[in-house]
Amino acid sequence: MTVPVQVRSARPKSTNPADFEAVTGRELDWKFTPVAKLQELIAGDLDGSRFDYTASETAGVSLSWIPVSDPRVGSAGLPEDKASANAWAAATEVLLVSVTSEDVSEITITRDALGTTHRAAHIVIEAAPFSKGTVVLQNNGDARLVENVEILVGAEAQLNVISVQEWNDDALHLASHFSRVGRNASLQHSVVSLTGEVIRVNPSTVLAEDGSSVNMLGVYFADAHQHIEQQVYVNHDAPQSKSRVTYKGALQGKGARTVWIGDVLIGNKATGTDSYEQNRNLMLTEGTRADSIPNLEIETGDIAGAGHASATGRFDDEQLFYLQARGISEEEARRLVVRGFLNEVVQQLGVPALAERIEASLNAELEAGVK
Amino acid sequence: MSTLKITDLHVSVETDQGTKQILRGVNLEINSGETHAIMGPNGSGKSTLAYTIAGHPKYTVDSGSITLDGVDVLEMSVDERAKAGLFLAMQYPVEIPGVTVTNFLRTAKTAIDGEAPSLRNWIKDVRESMANLKMDSSFAERNVNEGFSGGEKKRHEILQLELLKPKFAVLDETDSGLDVDALKIVSEGVNRAKENSDMGVLLITHYTRILRYIKPEFVHVFVNGKVAEEGGPELADRLESEGYDRYLEIA
Ligand SMILES: Nc1ncnc2c1ncn2[C@@H]1O[C@H](COP(=O)(O)OP(=O)(O)OP(=O)(O)O)[C@@H](O)[C@H]1O
Ligand SMILES: [Mg+2]
Repeated sequence: MTVPVQVRSARPKSTNPADFEAVTGRELDWKFTPVAKLQELIAGDLDGSRFDYTASETAGVSLSWIPVSDPRVGSAGLPEDKASANAWAAATEVLLVSVTSEDVSEITITRDALGTTHRAAHIVIEAAPFSKGTVVLQNNGDARLVENVEILVGAEAQLNVISVQEWNDDALHLASHFSRVGRNASLQHSVVSLTGEVIRVNPSTVLAEDGSSVNMLGVYFADAHQHIEQQVYVNHDAPQSKSRVTYKGALQGKGARTVWIGDVLIGNKATGTDSYEQNRNLMLTEGTRADSIPNLEIETGDIAGAGHASATGRFDDEQLFYLQARGISEEEARRLVVRGFLNEVVQQLGVPALAERIEASLNAELEAGVK
Repeated sequence: MSTLKITDLHVSVETDQGTKQILRGVNLEINSGETHAIMGPNGSGKSTLAYTIAGHPKYTVDSGSITLDGVDVLEMSVDERAKAGLFLAMQYPVEIPGVTVTNFLRTAKTAIDGEAPSLRNWIKDVRESMANLKMDSSFAERNVNEGFSGGEKKRHEILQLELLKPKFAVLDETDSGLDVDALKIVSEGVNRAKENSDMGVLLITHYTRILRYIKPEFVHVFVNGKVAEEGGPELADRLESEGYDRYLEIA
């Protein structure tokens, strides 16, 4: 048996699935995941051909398919687990999303016809130096999907990437996001997970050059028997880099399960860095479980700030009483409190129409839960 | 005219040490336009009475009744009581992260009236009431009670009272933690609400100083879970000079 690797930065990386041992569910990075449901995605055959998507025509953003041999592929990061390597090896082409406009541009790429085939996908989102843009990956319909998403943020660019999971109830989705942020560039990366049976999106960001920054956001709502997981990793590898990680989730119904692991590494080159990560969970009913594990590894003595917070709380009956004592019904009071709780993240997403849709979707989930 | 009537009310609470009896036969009748002060030592059950009227789920009514114009209040849910016209200004208002005062007030007003208030009048009313209570307009965009000082929380309670216009208001130690200026401002808010709506008030307090601004017609001394003595405003002055010792010895 191999000794489990404790230090995140020392985890083995490979694009070859054979380099990873079979996943048993005892591994550090799989031990919270329902691996039995996922074996075909982790180690089975995957359809790696082009996938269907629709996207709005947007000036300043272009979409194209590029070969896996393109030098950009693999330049943001490499797989650290078997599922990610399995998808990497299976994908025959890569969807390139190229953001070039210096005026703010926004594109939504919708995938709603993936079907139930076990499939692999690989996307590279590239923001040219000085560009500004928002890329929304909107996920609906069926999915048995393993994917790698690489995000390259050029010098001085400002990129906003949002992955929204509103899959059908039996969908399975494993994703690894690898971001590399260049000099004085900033990335906002958000994961919004609402529906789907198992959703595991693991975003990692390397703050690779001086003055780079990332704001990593997550908002999730787990219903009965839903598993939503995110392993977030920020690697401060350059001076004066800044990171914020804020993930907030609500859980409702028997068997609702969420996992958040937040690793932050401040490397020895990363002097003057500033980092703060937090995860907060709100348990609306009995029978839910939220695991929340922050980790901070610091290799330099010269930092501006580093902190973390993690809290999981029950629904506060005193808040409910206060609102009801002002005539507000229990149902509406719950809605107010949950929306208030998640708002801190939703309001930061930067796409008002999306924020509105998410609110509506949360309302629907809450209503379904009350009945 | 409306009447809030409490008859032989017995209330207990479940604690780790078992059931604890708190109210032991409270009788009280308040009519519209009347102001009743309840005074009593710490732990005598004043807040318990207030919470029980509002319907806090922690408190169990073992016997007795509360009626509003003959209708059984104890049968109503917490929000139904508020809609029926009962209001509790809390001793310790809770924070509600992410919910702005504006949103909260509008939601409450809509719930109580059964329809959304006309936007233009509503904005004007809120602005006026806030100005009257010397609350900075920035409070409107802050989250409910989050980071409010003790005094600001109390003003926010009275702001709700003014805007929601209940038939009966229970004020649980609204005067505690207020300096003289704030005490005046808050008292004026209560008096304005009374003038405008003929509201009945049940004022719970430890001190007589608020009674200089809000004049009660009736004073009830609350000891050991029930009313030990009743009288007019002069009773409050006597309590101020003599304290509660007299009643505690009897009890
Ligand atoms: N939820 C509870 N659990 C346990 N004990 C309670 C609870 N609520 C009230 N009590 C007890 O009941 C008694 C009456 O409490 P209550 O808060 O009603 O008193 P009070 O008259 O309002 O006191 P104060 O003047 O300090 O506000 C106290 O002994 C208190 O500890
Ligand atoms: Mg009290």
